[in-house]
Amino acid sequence: MQIKLNGEDFEVNDGTSLTALIEKLGLNPKSVAVERNLEIVPKSLHAVTKLCSGDRIEIVEFVGGG
Amino acid sequence: MALDTVSGDDKLVIAGREFGSRLIIGTGKYETYEQNARAAEAAGVEMVTVAVRRVNLTDKTQPRLTDHVSPETYTFLPNTAGCFTADDAIRTLRLAREAGGWSLVKLEVLSDQKTLYPDMSETLKAAELLIKDGFEVMVYCSDDPVYARRLEEAGCCAIMPLGSLIGSGLGIMNPVNIRLIVEQSRVPVIVDAGVGTASDAAVAMELGCDGVLMNTAIAEAKDPIRMARAMKHAVIAGREAYHAGRMPRKRYADPSSPLAGLI
Repeated sequence: MQIKLNGEDFEVNDGTSLTALIEKLGLNPKSVAVERNLEIVPKSLHAVTKLCSGDRIEIVEFVGGG
Repeated sequence: MALDTVSGDDKLVIAGREFGSRLIIGTGKYETYEQNARAAEAAGVEMVTVAVRRVNLTDKTQPRLTDHVSPETYTFLPNTAGCFTADDAIRTLRLAREAGGWSLVKLEVLSDQKTLYPDMSETLKAAELLIKDGFEVMVYCSDDPVYARRLEEAGCCAIMPLGSLIGSGLGIMNPVNIRLIVEQSRVPVIVDAGVGTASDAAVAMELGCDGVLMNTAIAEAKDPIRMARAMKHAVIAGREAYHAGRMPRKRYADPSSPLAGLI
């Protein structure tokens, strides 16, 4: 199924959890924040949050800035 | 802020957190994060501002800020750079809190790309909502004493007026307003933006500000590490001069050597 990941189309398997997505992307789950359809998903809920077709997922981290 | 009389005990206290350094630097515009880390060390800072952005999914070899400048070493102050509405700023800082777990943040809501001047009505609106939501808000603001007071009344834990436009390096354009804000504020006042060189930082501190926040002045210096060191000394010098109390200005000469015993 397809989701929007950081504004781009992205293909994931049915039933993929946020934890699995973050792992697949090779990201450190401790240093990112995830928003699903404009709602923040706390780290404690990543494992139990299954992606749905059409979900708009934003994954952010800290970068250099003034 | 009450005057501290002993230099060694002259800590900057923001929302109950103590900092030995009164200089805060940004982590943008450096050639590399490695250079950024060396500048932070040379500047002797304890707090750095950081931005919140989408993770890079296309190039995973890109260097990561946190591999060089670590939140274990420095207090990370997430900012809302690039936000032009209260809603965008709140969304960004909620994500920052989730990413890092910290509630101490730098709020900035900008008005237009040309000036990046703070939009004060949106800033005040965002500050009120963020504070209600449990954030400790250090707020980038104009040098308008009235808005500065409103932001303090709203519960902001540091008032951060611009010296001049972000990235302009024009120095402290309105020292009179900065001084008015210093005099009325009961929370730390930190000049944020506009500092171009060491003397600008010293001027801010001599006006009685509690600290200075800068990015471009160090990052775009020919030798950022050396400028970082210069800024560290300038902030200390300005603070010391403020506490020492400058001599009165006089219109005519006043000899430093005795007149008595002149041959």
